[in-house]
Amino acid sequence: MADSEKRKAYWRANLRLTLVLLVIWFSISYLCGIVFVEQLNAIRIGGYKLGFWFAQQGSMYGFIAIIFFYASRMAALDRKFDVNE
Amino acid sequence: MDLQTLTFIVVGLTFAMYIGIAFWARAGTTSEFYVAGGGVHPVANGMATAADWMSAASFISMAGLIAFFGYGGSVFLMGWTGGYVLLAVLLAPYLRKYGKFTVPEFIGDRYYSRLARIVAVICLIVASVTYVIGQMKGIGVAFSRFLEVRYEIGLVVGMGIVFFYAVMGGMKGITYTQIAQYCVLICAYTIPAIFISLNLTGTPIPQIGLGSMMVGTETYLLDRLDQVVTELGFNEYTTTSRLSTLNTFVYTLSLMIGTAGLPHVIIRFFTVPKVSDARVSAGWALIFITLLYTTAPAVAAMARLNLHETIQPAGQENLLYEERPDWFRKWETTGLLQFEDKNGDGRISYTADPATNEMIKVDKDIMVLANPEIASLPNWVIALVAAGGLAAALSTAAGLLLAIASAISHDLLKGVFRPNITEKQELTASRIAMAGAILLAGYLGFNPPDFAAGTVALAFGLAASSIFPALMMGVYSKRINKEGAIAGMIAGITVTLLYVFQHKGVMFIASTAYLGDMSPNWFLGIEPNAFGAVGAVINFAVAFAVSRVTQAPPERIQHLVEDIRVPAAAGSAQIH
Repeated sequence: MADSEKRKAYWRANLRLTLVLLVIWFSISYLCGIVFVEQLNAIRIGGYKLGFWFAQQGSMYGFIAIIFFYASRMAALDRKFDVNE
Repeated sequence: MDLQTLTFIVVGLTFAMYIGIAFWARAGTTSEFYVAGGGVHPVANGMATAADWMSAASFISMAGLIAFFGYGGSVFLMGWTGGYVLLAVLLAPYLRKYGKFTVPEFIGDRYYSRLARIVAVICLIVASVTYVIGQMKGIGVAFSRFLEVRYEIGLVVGMGIVFFYAVMGGMKGITYTQIAQYCVLICAYTIPAIFISLNLTGTPIPQIGLGSMMVGTETYLLDRLDQVVTELGFNEYTTTSRLSTLNTFVYTLSLMIGTAGLPHVIIRFFTVPKVSDARVSAGWALIFITLLYTTAPAVAAMARLNLHETIQPAGQENLLYEERPDWFRKWETTGLLQFEDKNGDGRISYTADPATNEMIKVDKDIMVLANPEIASLPNWVIALVAAGGLAAALSTAAGLLLAIASAISHDLLKGVFRPNITEKQELTASRIAMAGAILLAGYLGFNPPDFAAGTVALAFGLAASSIFPALMMGVYSKRINKEGAIAGMIAGITVTLLYVFQHKGVMFIASTAYLGDMSPNWFLGIEPNAFGAVGAVINFAVAFAVSRVTQAPPERIQHLVEDIRVPAAAGSAQIH
């Protein structure tokens, strides 16, 4: 693969990953914490109503997971396409 | 030992430590002054970023707002953490790859235009100064309580200390000091939370305690809280949103994209050695931030419950004003807590109905500082909280002032007007710029537009509407040209500023508002603090439209964009 094609493929793989992660990011905060909060509040875990839990606890744990997953997947992509620093 | 002496000792010791570290690591060169010479480990950088990021708004103000808004306060929790995902995934690695000192420098190069750089500097200064006003409010509250003086005097003392502290250090000093400040502020925040959680639920982990049952009962804490507040006529804690769902949505989005557009946060990712470090660094920063942010809802709910049960103990008569606890008297001297015996029975009645409510002023920003006293925790814990609040406010104020100073001295003076000035002159100019920013923000802090967190939210809106779209399009589009970017930034921040000014007053001076700050005047019911996301949409739309009808960027810029998308060094656009 020529260098420029390799870079294009790397960028496309990066965009795909980014898009998937942003969908998850949107779901755990805007969907679970805001839009569908009332429906989720019908479910309880301990003293927490589930929608309330997503808004004040769960979404933040999810954000951390997303970033570390992204960092590790990107490190793998960097190696695969040989574009390491 | 009495509380005030103890507070003096704890605050004095922490300050001595910060100043010692700042002196030991003081900056010698401009590179060290702005980005610590680029040699900071990702975990250390994450911790410093967390301290930089978590300001008086997070530490002092946020839990207080959640305590009174309940579920409605979630916008701050999600908004101020979710932005890190955008930062880590959309911006940080690419800006690190580009490897310059400041955000306007990137914008100026990517859009091959000095005008773009100047517009970015102006947007940056407007957002950062607004942010510093929020810090000043928090610092004023903390010092007024701690010195037992009025808020205004506390504010002046705080300005003096910030001035001395930020002007000396520079980024290198700031990075190491901020690591120490993070440790102080996280201990100060979590220790009282652990105590209170143990008292109320028997669980030492506040995040679990919030979802647990009250000690010795079969009732969950949150259910008990819902019951207490609704009996007094307030809205249910766990379900009531502030304003509309649309407003909540837009508010959260504003805070998130504002986070990813604030220069003092982005600049942190220029201080790590590699592109891969920039990605991980954002994750570490978020871990350290989340430690505080997931504790905050517990602090909020438990403080609210303790407050009501102190004033109106279950099954007994309300508290006698003559028998009010010490913390009540102390906060009364600051002017931030006021009582008026409307029915003349000598007892305190705190209800939702303005006609019978006798707590005529409860400034939400006092909740976190008062919380350990309300819960009758030992004096050393209370002293620690004062030190933590000051650490949070100082570290952020210093980081912001640095961003303002570098924008003026590096981008405007050296980059545009006086390219020939020496490093020494540049450093002097940036220190003068810092001093000016402190005076301006302090002056506006006498009449802050909102609570500390609300003021900070405005700053996020301004960053969201101007800087974030320009950066994002700079990386993800090769077609956006200088005309588009400049028009977009100007349109975004102008619309947002006009919307804020028409409801909150020009320069936040309330009497100059030309439309009252009330919901019928709001566009689609969106409050001014939340308007940044709308400004950002306008920015994107204008930039796309203008770029379509003007000339495409030159080929070297397209190469530059291709180059920053890939971590490996290659090609002509390499800058290092």
